[in-house]
Amino acid sequence: MKINRREFMGFVAGSAALAGLGLRGAAAAPLKSSARIVILGAGAAGTAMANRLAKSLDGAQITIVDARKQHLYQPGFTLIAAGLAAPEYSVTDTRDWLPSSVRLVQEAAAEIDPEGKSVTTVSGTRLPYDFLVLATGLSLDWSGIEGFDLDQVGQNGIGAVYAGPDYALKTWQAMDRFTDKGGVGLFTRPATEMKCAGAPLKYTFLTDDYARKKGTRDKVEIRYAAHSSSLFSVPIVHEKVRMLFDERGFDTVYHHVMKAIDPDRGVATFSTPDGDTEMDFDFINVIPPMRAPAVIRNSPLPWQDKWTDQGWAEVDQYTLQHRRYPEVFAVGDVAGVPKGKTAASVKWQVPVAEAHLLAAIAGKDSDAVYNGYTSCPLITRVGRAMLVEFDYKNNLTPSFPGVIAPLEELWISWLMKEIGLKPTYYAMLRGKA
Amino acid sequence: MKELTFETLLAVFEEMFGAGLFWSLVVACVAIGVLFIYIVVRERGLESRRLVRAELWAPVGAVAAIAFIFFITNSGPSDIGGPVDVIVLLLVGVAGAVGLTILAYLLQSLVGSRRMKPRDGQQG
Repeated sequence: MKINRREFMGFVAGSAALAGLGLRGAAAAPLKSSARIVILGAGAAGTAMANRLAKSLDGAQITIVDARKQHLYQPGFTLIAAGLAAPEYSVTDTRDWLPSSVRLVQEAAAEIDPEGKSVTTVSGTRLPYDFLVLATGLSLDWSGIEGFDLDQVGQNGIGAVYAGPDYALKTWQAMDRFTDKGGVGLFTRPATEMKCAGAPLKYTFLTDDYARKKGTRDKVEIRYAAHSSSLFSVPIVHEKVRMLFDERGFDTVYHHVMKAIDPDRGVATFSTPDGDTEMDFDFINVIPPMRAPAVIRNSPLPWQDKWTDQGWAEVDQYTLQHRRYPEVFAVGDVAGVPKGKTAASVKWQVPVAEAHLLAAIAGKDSDAVYNGYTSCPLITRVGRAMLVEFDYKNNLTPSFPGVIAPLEELWISWLMKEIGLKPTYYAMLRGKA
Repeated sequence: MKELTFETLLAVFEEMFGAGLFWSLVVACVAIGVLFIYIVVRERGLESRRLVRAELWAPVGAVAAIAFIFFITNSGPSDIGGPVDVIVLLLVGVAGAVGLTILAYLLQSLVGSRRMKPRDGQQG
């Protein structure tokens, strides 16, 4: 067989064209609609929803409401607080992620009227809607820790990883000093629902890891105060973490909920079933109670008989559609569902809520179901993590069964966290993942 | 990840490297691959002396690929935790080895083919 250069190039071009056709896939034609859709919040869930709806609908008026100009990649906070990334690692511009067809109202929502189907912003602008998507995220209730102020972060061994990228950096500086000289490291979590319930554990492991690598572990005591009788809501994960905590020599107390801090004395106060008790610290990662934002709590949208102190939106846990106001959906942290205040949950919730919203516009039903999927790359040291994935039923739901063991400390799980997670998150924001 | 489609993967890689760099890398890989196949087809097989020389670069490629992945991540050999980690490490090494071998073969073919041919007495 003789082949000349031109024939060969023809063969290559033909193959590439065929491959290109294969890539395109069968995208559904956009649904024509003049519906007014208001999305509250331009975080992970709101932005992903805006991008998906902009592609799925033709002619709809999509408005997204968020006062924050910065988009925060929150899974990066742990890496910043571990000295592995700069604060800028987590910060981008909110507007950069939004399609041009979506109107961004850069102010906070002040009031929601689900009866009159409108949202009013702080400046008094009224935004009437046919469909409302709640994607506000949650509020960190720092006032829920008596004596605490964000100004304290970085001093007296006080850290607050959740407070934002700059506070995560200050937390790292405090943790770095602490692991240099030793003392008591105190780690807690709130008794409310919280975002990324694995993060308090990760930071405990990371502090231990730094002390070991610096050779100061014998001068460091690590104490973990769990709010309930378990370290993680999924029993099988709790048992694994308990074993790791024992192995690493952490002291664990249960049913301890932090309520106050005295920065000068280096003492935190906990409420326990036996009354209040104090614990000393030389370093602490303060994690406050978490609640739905006031605009949700002060509306008729929260559950009336559950989480009454926290105010999560009353949605069906499988469809994310509001149980009393069917034109309202909630995705992300604000959704009142049993699990899943993580970006991984958002990735699974948004397509389900979108399917039901589009079905409602088309006057049809959708059989899309959110099963509670959540994932947590539970870092156990710099360089290793456990890829923990689970659902509403506390079943482990590994994405790579038989390949990546969910309860094994693995390098590949760390690689996913460090290299794979952020691009996947950003692809999700664009509605592509 | 029940919907890990090819399109999702492309979107993730575009975010990881930036669309410009990612597609440049894809084009570079495809171009090198196509050129390699072209040369093999044109010469009706692999030229053994060139291949042996190219294979000398394989260990270098393997070590470089593994070193690169440890360099760009906050991890090192001591973080290898289970069988899948060993498999991933081997795959990275194999990718580096094969990649550099192909590249070395290609460069020899492009740069040295004229010089080698008369000595070997081979027909193109």
